[in-house]
Amino acid sequence: MTTATDQMTTEPASPPPLDGTGFLRWCWRQLTSMRIALILLFLLALASIPGSVLPQRGLDPIRVTDWMEGNPTWGPILDRLGFFDVFSAPWFAAIYLLLCISVIGCVLPRSRLHWRALRSSPPAAPRRLDRLAAHRAWQSSATADDVLDAAAATLRKRRWRVARGGGWVAAEKGYWRETGNLVFHAALIVLIVGVAYGALFGWRGNVIVREGTGFADTLTQYDAWGGGRLVDPADLPPFAFTLEDFRVEFDRSEAQFGSPRLFEADLTVWPAPGEPSESVVVRVNEPLSLDGAKVFLVGHGYAPILELRDGLGRLVHDQGVIFLPQDGNMTSTGVLKAPDATPSLGIQGLFLATAALDDVRGPHSSFPAPDDPAVFLSAWAGDLGLDDGVPQSIYRLDTEGMTQLGLRALRPGESWEIPGGNGTVDFVGFERWASFQIAHDPGKEPALIASILALSGLMLSLFVRRRRIWVRAAPDGSGETVVSVAGLMRSDDGDLTSDVEAVTVAVVESTGTQPQGRSTAT
Amino acid sequence: MTSASLAEWSNLAVYASMLILIGALVAFAISFAAKGQRVLTPSLVTVGGTPVEAGVMPADRSEVLSGRRAGNIAMSLTWLATGVLFIGLVLRGLWAGRVPWGNMYEFSLAASVALLGVFLVVSTRRDVRWLGLPVVVIALLSLGLAVTVLYTEAAQLVPALKSYWLVIHVAAAVICGGAFAVAASISGLYLWRERAEQKGRVIGLVSSLPDASRLDTLAYRIIAFAFPLWTFAVISGAIWAEAAWGRYWGWDPKETWAFITWVIYAGYLHARATAGWRGRRAAYISLVGFASFLINYFGVNLFVNSLHSYAGL
Repeated sequence: MTTATDQMTTEPASPPPLDGTGFLRWCWRQLTSMRIALILLFLLALASIPGSVLPQRGLDPIRVTDWMEGNPTWGPILDRLGFFDVFSAPWFAAIYLLLCISVIGCVLPRSRLHWRALRSSPPAAPRRLDRLAAHRAWQSSATADDVLDAAAATLRKRRWRVARGGGWVAAEKGYWRETGNLVFHAALIVLIVGVAYGALFGWRGNVIVREGTGFADTLTQYDAWGGGRLVDPADLPPFAFTLEDFRVEFDRSEAQFGSPRLFEADLTVWPAPGEPSESVVVRVNEPLSLDGAKVFLVGHGYAPILELRDGLGRLVHDQGVIFLPQDGNMTSTGVLKAPDATPSLGIQGLFLATAALDDVRGPHSSFPAPDDPAVFLSAWAGDLGLDDGVPQSIYRLDTEGMTQLGLRALRPGESWEIPGGNGTVDFVGFERWASFQIAHDPGKEPALIASILALSGLMLSLFVRRRRIWVRAAPDGSGETVVSVAGLMRSDDGDLTSDVEAVTVAVVESTGTQPQGRSTAT
Repeated sequence: MTSASLAEWSNLAVYASMLILIGALVAFAISFAAKGQRVLTPSLVTVGGTPVEAGVMPADRSEVLSGRRAGNIAMSLTWLATGVLFIGLVLRGLWAGRVPWGNMYEFSLAASVALLGVFLVVSTRRDVRWLGLPVVVIALLSLGLAVTVLYTEAAQLVPALKSYWLVIHVAAAVICGGAFAVAASISGLYLWRERAEQKGRVIGLVSSLPDASRLDTLAYRIIAFAFPLWTFAVISGAIWAEAAWGRYWGWDPKETWAFITWVIYAGYLHARATAGWRGRRAAYISLVGFASFLINYFGVNLFVNSLHSYAGL
């Protein structure tokens, strides 16, 4: 897969031979042909499309579940075929791996050819230079040798590679084009290796931290964590931090009402146990680097502080409960589970940063800042199902087998006696929480270096022009010398007239005879 | 100047440039139609073995002259419109207090400047008045959408966009948009011209166009310029994504379509070097590549749930 036809494997039109090695060779030539590389490229583009149209597990597992529920026929079939994990599906991998083999199969032989070309002289001049598109001819009073010496010197000065033969000078330039081309393709392979290396040895986790609470980098503290096959979760860097303060600002202008304008988290960080702590501010676009891992601020929300007393008057909960935002105005939902209360209690809640109520949407938040916070609570009693051994989301209450005790809206400072003498809830106030993504990707530096190499190689391969110039000089029998100069563009169709012209002018200047006739070029 | 008047002046400049572009559109159309009146006689002169189009005989001399004048007027109007639009963009940036590419309205404005800019840069090197019509039409469509559907008041950026990568990454992508649009226009005209040449009937409007091979080369040159820039836009986007979202590549729909677009244009460059794929097939690939760019811009921003969707209407 390279950008010139001259050295490409020609398409074998014949059917594959049936003997073993012959067939393998036929396959190899097919695979490394430009036509197949092109088809693979377009297949790659085509195969990516479902990854942007269908919800993807890696990005949004909940939407995948929703989609499958909405399409009971197609959902399982597409799931089976990997359409919800397109970019890790075997068929997707097959395309890019074949493409990699195609690239390698093309780059290796071409590197050998190019290495040879780099060390060889430009080829001898063709007999008839006037057949070339860009050429010029004139009579000179200087001797043929003087003209050729002058031409060779001029070309060398202009950094052409020059060879001298009997009656001619050959020069070639623009070897960087093929060098760049090969570097570009090799760098793409390195890039893929870098990505794969990062996927094998990298890890990434998400954690929600309330203001005033902390996080230590161990597996159990993460809400979600995923690592490559070769990562040992016991080897996570041993840092810890506390979220001291989280600041948010929202736009109050009419046009962009409610758009966030500032997210800022103040952290106290312990880079390793026993080391002194330091204060750090983490913002979006400004992650914190710690021991090979990076801490990114990715989200925020509210945690209403709910004090819950059970039917016996015992305090069973007095902390902030993390509520997850459901819309841009921070209408948030959350659950408080109190299995140890008497009776076992579950509170479903709605937190509204700026409380609003209408007939269509019911209670909702109309602005993301806490201008008028309120909670809507629904209390349930009965078996929370926590002892069934089935893993549960802490953000969802399974109300099956529970009885609803009542509903109530509360403002900060207000208290609610749950009907039936089942306890009381105090809405004390609220805290903020921030969610962090903590990631370690050892493949990203190699990937970046490979990308920069690829880009540099690409620019060389597109902007450098590979070209040859020949000069012939021979006595015409009457004491004069016939000189001709011609050029050949070896890369894409370009115009060499200016090069031919420049060489002509330089040679004429140093040998002192005006050229006759005009240069022509297409 | 107060910010309100900055806003008014910016909007005024955008509307003014649209009016001027409509003038340019009419002038380009007249110029194109007048050139199309030419009758091509068989090539009379050959130099260096290649035919030179020397035997162009005007059907009506005054018509050709008026066509030429219309072409010159169209080019002048395009320069003027681009300048005025550029001023509008700068005023928009002053009003917002940041680079003027922070939402779709501004992207469309900036992309129109880039489109017209690429066209004008090419026009300084060769006569491309035949290209004026599609370029101005695309610019007017882009601006028309911007002022009607996409218009929004200038505002500050959401925190995720507050990065100097906004300046670099988006500018590169926007310039690519302009260049890909110009290349696609040329490829479209190539298909028209090539078909006529195949049939041997290069008469009427299509004779206003250069040879198919020249169109092919020009489209290639522009894509060869834009493809590395697009590569750079994707790489800079990945660097920014690493800083903002904690991963450099996550197959977000915007990233996926940027990748698809990249792969298609990579296919274009390879096709031009493959026997049997040059010419018509390459031109189709160029059109598909631009379609993919448009899907990435409009489709992903408006209809898909993407991390890039905050760009705002």
